[in-house]
Amino acid sequence: MLIELKNVSHIYDDGQVTEALRNINLTIREREFIGLVGHTGSGKSTLVQLLNGLIKPSTGTITIDGLNITEGKTSLLGIRRKIGLVFQYPEHQLFEETIYGDVAFGPRNLQLEEEEVEIRVREALELVGLDYEEFKDRSPFNLSGGQQRKVAIAGVLAMKPEVLILDEPSAGLDPQGRQQLINLLEYLYEEKGMTIILVSHRMEEIARLSNRVIVMSEGEIIFDDRPEKVFSEVERIRQLGLDLPEITEILWRLNKKGLQVRTDLFSLTEAVEEISKELRGVEPC
Amino acid sequence: MALIELRGVDFSYNEMEAPALKNINLSIEAGEFVSIIGGNGSGKSTLAKLLNVLLLPSAGEVIVGGMNTFAEENWLKIRQKVGMVFQNPDNQLVATRVEDDVAFGPENLGIPSPEIRKRVDQALEAVGMDRFKDYPPHNLSGGQKQRVAIAGIIAMEPECIVLDEPTAMLDPQGRREVMDTIHYLNKEKGITIIHITHFMEETVGADRIVVMSQGSIDKIGSPLEIFREIDDLKKLGLDVPLAVEMAHELRKKGIKIPDILSINELVDSLC
Repeated sequence: MLIELKNVSHIYDDGQVTEALRNINLTIREREFIGLVGHTGSGKSTLVQLLNGLIKPSTGTITIDGLNITEGKTSLLGIRRKIGLVFQYPEHQLFEETIYGDVAFGPRNLQLEEEEVEIRVREALELVGLDYEEFKDRSPFNLSGGQQRKVAIAGVLAMKPEVLILDEPSAGLDPQGRQQLINLLEYLYEEKGMTIILVSHRMEEIARLSNRVIVMSEGEIIFDDRPEKVFSEVERIRQLGLDLPEITEILWRLNKKGLQVRTDLFSLTEAVEEISKELRGVEPC
Repeated sequence: MALIELRGVDFSYNEMEAPALKNINLSIEAGEFVSIIGGNGSGKSTLAKLLNVLLLPSAGEVIVGGMNTFAEENWLKIRQKVGMVFQNPDNQLVATRVEDDVAFGPENLGIPSPEIRKRVDQALEAVGMDRFKDYPPHNLSGGQKQRVAIAGIIAMEPECIVLDEPTAMLDPQGRREVMDTIHYLNKEKGITIIHITHFMEETVGADRIVVMSQGSIDKIGSPLEIFREIDDLKKLGLDVPLAVEMAHELRKKGIKIPDILSINELVDSLC
């Protein structure tokens, strides 16, 4: 699937006019893992909602597989089946009496046979690490916050989208829940061949997972490149009020103090290897 | 006597399910900065709600400033002593102007107007939001909203503020603002802070860390003591700050690094 945005702008007018997106040109190809970052109010959430057809741009066009979704007649159901969106705190939108019912809600809307719905619910729950038999009849409201989040994500996965967009999916999760989520995204990308767009303030997640990072500020795209390129723009990233991945921060500071370490590594093991290699080779500074 | 004492506290939401808290014994001194960490469902938030009588223990007792939370005549006084700040800033702000929001608590206490004026100004100044007193809260960033929520608590002149994941919904800038604010209130105003978080790096400036697991206190210690036990924490589904973990891995490679907690300390000790 190919998503193309051409000269897209978006203006909110609720008494006071805000230009949320300015002239965005962007192409998203199949099997990309895109990290979308930016300060609060940079336009990330607006962009994400445009991609899913939730809102229409004020000007410009968005095409999905050649189909112009900004035209009035286009079926949004078709788009939402292909492009799944996991909102911030998606567990706030659980509403059914059973977990089965909640995950089945989307597939049932697609008018699938109940047999197919059941297969999808089973698969989706197992993908997020919830045992089907154990959980299907329980109420989603008696689960922990982390488990509720999983049910909400399963509801989107049961639609079998080709593109999965997640807005701050790890916010509020404990370290273990965060790690499970990272593993899930890696699996969906690598084994299921999904295209993923991840919105996150956690730069270490972005750096580890994505192969393309888009940085937004004041409604515009500032950087659009490989993570190691983007996170080498240390001064600019900071000016934009964003963090560096902590590993990059450490390597970069060591490098500035004269230790000749690479700064484009994002895994702890590689960084430790690099630092210890350098420290062994030279006199302590 | 400690400001807050929990003695043999159990708590169950529902008799059918496992208790949320089991035999909690904890005392917190006035002026301390205590961070509480633990996985989802470990009992952290339940513990917080016992401290200002949002919940009462199923067994044991909670004593705040010498007052037992079971005695109904103490409730108002306890809630004045211990203020709560929650995760979602949007659920905590009620008024259409920042200063009205901050005045809401003291007005409910029936405090005279000139005194309220003074408290609101001081509270907004303490969180660095005095410039925004006429703003509508919904135009503020998440970090600014949380600081206004904190100002609303400060205006009640509490001795202690309990913050339940106050930074979970904020961006990095907002998180820094809130953390700087609560450290300032602790150091400069002497307010006791009890801070619940999933961000391990936010706890390194605490006096003590309480580690919770399955409704019990697993460990209490200084950040250095707690984060030395990397493997234990990982078993509980927790983590250590990245700098601590990197130092630990570098030591395994034979590099000598003293105890460190932050990125600054790590970088300085390496080079």
